[in-house]
Amino acid sequence: MTYITLSYTDLAVAAVLVILNAALSIGLRLGLEWRLLIAAGRMVVQLALVALVLKALFAVVSPLFTAAAALVMVLFAGREVMARQTRRFTGLWAYGLGTTSILAAATIVTVLALTTQVKPDPWYDPRYAIPLLGMVLGNTMTGVSLGLDRLVTAAARERSAIEARLALGQEFSEAMGTITRDALRGGLMPIINAMSAAGLVSLPGMMTGQILAGVDPVEAVKYQILIMFLIAGGTGLGVLAAVLGGVRRLTDGRHRLRLDRLTLTTGA
Amino acid sequence: MLTIRQLTRPGLEPVDLSIEAGECVALSGPSGAGKSMLMRAIVDLDPNEGDVRLDGAARGDIPAPRWRRLVAYVPPESGWWADDVASHFPDGDAARRLLPRLGLPAEALVWPVARLSTGERQRLALARALVVEPRVLLLDEPTSGLDRETALKVEDVLSERLADGVAILLVTHDTGQTRRLARRRLVMKDGKVTDGAPAPAQSGNGA
Repeated sequence: MTYITLSYTDLAVAAVLVILNAALSIGLRLGLEWRLLIAAGRMVVQLALVALVLKALFAVVSPLFTAAAALVMVLFAGREVMARQTRRFTGLWAYGLGTTSILAAATIVTVLALTTQVKPDPWYDPRYAIPLLGMVLGNTMTGVSLGLDRLVTAAARERSAIEARLALGQEFSEAMGTITRDALRGGLMPIINAMSAAGLVSLPGMMTGQILAGVDPVEAVKYQILIMFLIAGGTGLGVLAAVLGGVRRLTDGRHRLRLDRLTLTTGA
Repeated sequence: MLTIRQLTRPGLEPVDLSIEAGECVALSGPSGAGKSMLMRAIVDLDPNEGDVRLDGAARGDIPAPRWRRLVAYVPPESGWWADDVASHFPDGDAARRLLPRLGLPAEALVWPVARLSTGERQRLALARALVVEPRVLLLDEPTSGLDRETALKVEDVLSERLADGVAILLVTHDTGQTRRLARRRLVMKDGKVTDGAPAPAQSGNGA
């Protein structure tokens, strides 16, 4: 494979674009210059650290270290899901529900892909496992946070309608039916949109990356199709687990709507 | 029929109350006194403690959805979950028979919910609870948005249910209504239920 390596000077030249943005922000008094520069700085530091970690992980090919890195990624994804909620569940559920849903979905999908389709040797080879997990996680995270946010927001907003149905003797699952379906739909929309637009509107990052690295476009596209299917599967499982788990948490054995298990966070 | 012993939840002092078949008990008191809270606790919409029984059967032994079909609660503000009225009625025929009695045309079933007036909402919410044929009705100001003539129609329907042996707990600020429907009057204040002056023994308004 042939690819053009980048020098640090190349990166510095590209960084001028960000500085130009900052100058624009000052000129137009957008007040974004510091946030922009800090975000760019964070990005550089984070990615540099990731490069070091990946280099070390790839060198040792240890199942234990690979699993530890994967777990850290999942925990960060869970935190991100929680941060995106306008209303959260109280206590451990705030973090736990999204995180366990993502953990279960991403693990199932990634392990399945590694053991039956990509088949590196050993199957947990971090050079394959970590990038695959990363792509599945990123998208599952988006789906799960959208699905949960829709569910919880609608449950609070539609309280009188839900309780009217409960008061007429409907089961909680029935009273929440419309809202549950809507939350599932909301969580699945981004991946459906991404699949519809793939190749026409957007060239998916992984495929472009492989092409830049010298891989034959047909091979790169095959990989991308596999990834899209994995992402769709992971998102589907994750959204289903999170939304159904959320519906359960919103009620109890007496089919009540337990909005007292939600907190209101402002701002987001 | 409905017996309540030491029913309590935060904001509600332990309540003892029993309502016989065919009896209407009126409940009044300032807003915020806990009247809605008490009704919600009886139908188990909020976590609560205490012993609630219907004809001797403990509430805890009856699945909550079934309990709420036996003991129906109609809140002052009704909730709607579909665009048309009919979707809120499982049995269209029963609704068509009942609606004219409440001063609404049978065609009200095809009306869009968004265009209902307060009084129409109130009567439709009562109707959808009545068609379930509950044994006990917990009604929170069922006629507050209605003119006198329409309110009397609603009272006629309620009197019939009483005659059929349904028990009613009625939150109302209308002393005339209390006199026409209720045998007993309770007053609620600061989460506490006390006996009010007894309403004259009288059932219905001559329906």
